[in-house]
Order: sequence, then C-alpha cells, then structure tokens
Amino acid sequence: MNQDMITSTVSGAIRAGTPLLFATIGEILTERSGILNLGLEGMMLMGAFTGFAVSYNTGNLWLAVIAAMAVAGLLATLHAFMSITLRVNQVVSGLAIVFLGSGLSGFWGQAYVGVQSPSFVNFKIPLLGNIPIIGEILFDRDPLVYIGYLIVPLVWLFLYKTRYGMDLRAVGEAPDAADARGINVSLIRYIYTIVGGALSGLGGAYLSLAYTPMWVENMTAGRGWIAIVLVIFAIWDPLLAMVGAYLFGGISVLQFGLQVAQIPIPANIMKMFPYLFTIIVMLFTSSERIKKRFGVPSALGIPYSREEKG
Amino acid sequence: MKSKLTLLIILISLIGFMIFAAPLKIGFIFVGPINDNGWTQAHYEGGVVALKKAFGDKVKITYIESVPEGAPSLNVLNSLAARGYKLIYATSFGYMNQVVQASKKYPNVIFEMCSGYELGPNLGEYFGRMYEPRYLSGLIAGAMTKAGKIGYVAAYPTPEVVRGINAFTLGVRAVNPHATVHVVWTFTWFNPPVEKDAALSLINSGCDVLAQHQDSPAAVEAAQNRGIYAIGYDSANMGKFGPDAYLTAPIWDWSAFYVPNVKSVLDGTWKSESYWKGMESGIVKLAPMSDLVPTTVKRLVKAMEKEIVTGKFHVFEGPIYDQNGELRVPAGKVMSDDELLSMQWFVDGVVGRIPKK
Repeated sequence: MNQDMITSTVSGAIRAGTPLLFATIGEILTERSGILNLGLEGMMLMGAFTGFAVSYNTGNLWLAVIAAMAVAGLLATLHAFMSITLRVNQVVSGLAIVFLGSGLSGFWGQAYVGVQSPSFVNFKIPLLGNIPIIGEILFDRDPLVYIGYLIVPLVWLFLYKTRYGMDLRAVGEAPDAADARGINVSLIRYIYTIVGGALSGLGGAYLSLAYTPMWVENMTAGRGWIAIVLVIFAIWDPLLAMVGAYLFGGISVLQFGLQVAQIPIPANIMKMFPYLFTIIVMLFTSSERIKKRFGVPSALGIPYSREEKG
Repeated sequence: MKSKLTLLIILISLIGFMIFAAPLKIGFIFVGPINDNGWTQAHYEGGVVALKKAFGDKVKITYIESVPEGAPSLNVLNSLAARGYKLIYATSFGYMNQVVQASKKYPNVIFEMCSGYELGPNLGEYFGRMYEPRYLSGLIAGAMTKAGKIGYVAAYPTPEVVRGINAFTLGVRAVNPHATVHVVWTFTWFNPPVEKDAALSLINSGCDVLAQHQDSPAAVEAAQNRGIYAIGYDSANMGKFGPDAYLTAPIWDWSAFYVPNVKSVLDGTWKSESYWKGMESGIVKLAPMSDLVPTTVKRLVKAMEKEIVTGKFHVFEGPIYDQNGELRVPAGKVMSDDELLSMQWFVDGVVGRIPKK
C-alpha cells in the first residue's frame, strides 16, 4: 500500500461513511428513548428523493436538506404514532415504514430519474485545509461531511452531559421510573423518534445531493439496514458510531482499492468483516452486567403504558 | 331445426372472425422501472413504444415493471398467459426457469426469453452481440488515453461481462498496443454509490478513461467530477451526467428484434430460434460520439464499424493471447458462439482477475 492509496481510502471511507453516520446517530437517539425504528431504509430513501426533488425545483441545497429531514421526520412521526400511541409491534411498524418509503420515493421519483440538479461541492477550510495529507483528507470536503464531524461530539455531550440527555436515557432505560419522576415518556419518545428520522433523512440526502448527485430508485441500496447493525456495533454510543460508520465506509471503498492494486482478497470476504465485528460485539454485550455498563437501553422495543404498570 | 343450425354456423363463424380480427395481445415483463435510463428503458422503447408505432391497432400491449427474478415471476407469466396474451417477452436472464415452466403449461402461447439459452417449441431466445460496439468504444478509449491506463467498472464476472471487457481491450490495443485496461468488480448491476467508489478507486490509481458494464451513470458522473473521460452503457442518456467526460456508449436498440419478431407472429411464420445478432441488424449500436472525440478518431471508428457490419472483420478473430501470454485463438480462426458464450478468461492487456467460483 502506498501513500496515495491510503489517502484515497481514508478519504473514501469518510465519504462512504457519512450517510451511515447520520442514520446511525439518528437511530441511536431513537433507540435510546426505547423505540426501535427499523424503517431507516425507507426514511433514507424519502430523504434522498425529497432532497433531490427540492434541489432540482428550487436550486437551493440547504432548503433541500431541510425538506429531506422534514419528510423523513414525518415518516418517523407515523412510526411514533403507531408504536407509542397505538402501541403496535415496533418491528412490524418499522418494516411498514421501509416499504412505504421505498414505494413512495420510487413512485414520485419517476419524474426525477435521469435529470440533474445542483449538488454540494467541496469547501476547503482555511488553514486546516492546508495541512499536508490530513488537510486534504479531512478539511477539503463538502459541508455535510463537516456537519457529520460536528454532530458526533454534540450528540455525545447532549446524551451524557445534559439533563435532557439524562431524561432521554432514563426513558429508554426505565420508563416507569422516569414517569414517576415526572418525565413525559410518550413526549420524549415522540421527539427522539422524529429527530432520529430527520437525521436518517439527512443521510439519504447526502447520497442524492453530494455522494452521487442523482436520483435513482432504491439508491440507498441497503444502507439503512447497515445503519441498524452499526447501532449495535457502536453499543448505542455516538463516538463509536463514528468509528463504525467510517470503518464500514472504509471497507466498502478498500475492496476496490485492493482490486486495483491487484491484492487478492476476495471482495465477498471483505464485505463480511463489519458484520463479523458486529456479531462479536453482540456476543460481548450479551450479559446483563455489560449491558448496564454500556447503557444498552433496557426498554428498547417495549411499549410503555402507565396503566399496565398499575 | 335447419334455421337453428344456420344460426349456429353464423355464430361460430362470427366468433371465429372476431378472434381472427382481434389484436395480438403482447405482454412484457421488465426487471426494473421503464424509466431507469438503462436496461429496462431500452426494452420499453424498443419494444412497447416501437411496436405500438409499427403495428398500431393490430397489437394490444401490456407490460409489468419491476418483476423480481426467479420464482415470483412465474405467477406474472402464468397470469399473462391465462388472460389471453399470446406473445410474452421476458426481458431478464433470471426469468429463464420460470419461462420454461410457463411455456410448457401454455403450449399455445409464444414465449421469447432475452439473454437465456433454453429453447422449446413455443420458446425462443434473443440477445445482441454487444461486444461489437464495445470493441469500437475500445478504439476510442485507446485513442483518448494519455496515461495508457483505462479503468473498467464491471458488475459480475459472467461470460457476457468478460466478453465485453475482452472486446473493449482488443479495441484499445488495436490503436494503443501498450495501454492496459484495469478491471474492478462491483458485484452489483445497479448501486450508484458503490459504482462511484469503484470508479474513483480506478481514477485514483491513474486511469484517465473509464468504461463500464453497469446500469447507472455513476461512473460517468465520477469521471466528470475528476476531469477525465468516460464511456457509458445502455443508453445515450448517460451523457447528461458528464457533459465534459462522456465520449460515447455502446447501446441497445431492441426494436431491431421486436418489430420483425412480432411481424413473424402476425404472419404466422414465427418459429423457435436463438436470435443472437450484431451491429448488422441494428440491435446493438455505438451511440453518437460526442464532440470530445477528435474527427480522425471518429473516422477510424466509422470505418471499423463498416468492416464489422459487412462481416469483413470479426472482433474475436485470432491471433488472440490471454493474460499469461498464451495463444488462445490462432491466427485466422474466429471464436465460435459456444466459446464466446462461456468465455471465462481475459485477453492480454487486461489487468484484473476473474474471481473463482
């Protein structure tokens, strides 16, 4: 491996990891509140489609990003209504969101196949961007990548260092105790399911506005599902989510780099590694003590109802 | 009694006449949406659109989009046949086993299967020799590269894709004997970000022209982004994604098959056959070359195109050496269709490996 290859792999890892990062952070927030939303793929698709359509029609990229987040958030609201208010099975509701999102984006998106719209361009940060190698890799990127850098520490601080973050974790950990302390469990779950959806919409918008600036049906191609795996990989921690997202991204880019360099590691084997890591993490975190230690939300996927608790 | 019989005869002949005069009901099943800018759109335009234009009221056409390959397609095929569709086109390789089953169940329905190999009394096969325009696009790539390194983003190591890479490389080497073609497998027909990553890895390694056997324009877009040249595939629409990169694309024009095929069914002259024609039939073409291609190169390509169309030149005529320098096709010999249809080795000039099964 020469230096060029390392530079291009790391740089590609960040590009490929960014859509995963947004979706994973979003799902971490949702799951931390105790709601499992398997609908990421559908919400990302709606984000990708909406972002592209708005950018095409208005030429305004930031409006496109906001619209993508809003529409994906709307889809998440539906999931929240089903799983919090109606208390239906969250897995089923999540899967419904996947099909709804992919169906609607495919249907409405027909008019946008094969057209071009404005897309995000790289913006070199003064001074930092001039550092050799590192500057090129980290600080000569498109604005959404920078948002990815910022969102991770902010969410981490929010989760662990603020009262709101503590409330969120309490709701996902022990909703009855949180309720007894006067926290509105349903409200908190609504909020973070919607915020999580909006972030996955941002991940989708990254695909259609920066990664490959075009709209094609099902362009997320399974990234929503990878993000769900990444949440477990990251043990519901935003910092580890960043590591995981860039690692997954790096492996998906490296498989091509290795082929170009004529290094014979089969792509199929490479693709397996992230999932292998995830299974190891799952084995590692299967014991109750370790779950507590790392903050796996105990009430994940369990609908909360005050009456039943009597 | 007699009058009743007369009435019956009149009725029967009337029904017979109605059946006779009824339009031929034609069904298509597509693997993707009709506006995918690629494979399915080419079948839609060359099939549904061209047939309506050519035959008007004589045909009644329906199509079903995004039919999954494999088992789920059987229901779709059966229901079309049960609803009275007499000619059914299955436009993707993954439908083959189901088409065979349906063709046995409905012996009075004609089935045509694209890119497969099974034949039956009421089952025909059709495909095009895409390697011919791929060879021509190789001539252009060979002439345009400055670095002598050309990237090829490829989907799966099937004989069809391998054949395309080889034909392309033979074209490249014909004008640029030292240039190399670097292959990266994506293991997907359609996944824009993955295709783009593969394209970027080739560009990063120094390739200055990209070709592809993928159904999305992501590689063309990547080339535009990084200021190099690209050759598309499937449809000339790919040029929209890289106006400063796009040179040309080997493309399909399925109407060259569909229109005569439907005519033969209407005339009653249809017979089961394996249709595999090249540029002389018009089923495969090289899209108009963009202004980035110099006139001299355009002239060379046009001249070679004429040689291919008139049958004077065969792309896979020896001597052809493989990657290890071994002579695979001796001088003067042309590879047989069977050899082409099972091709699993790279010609000299390709850098890359065919993954073992």
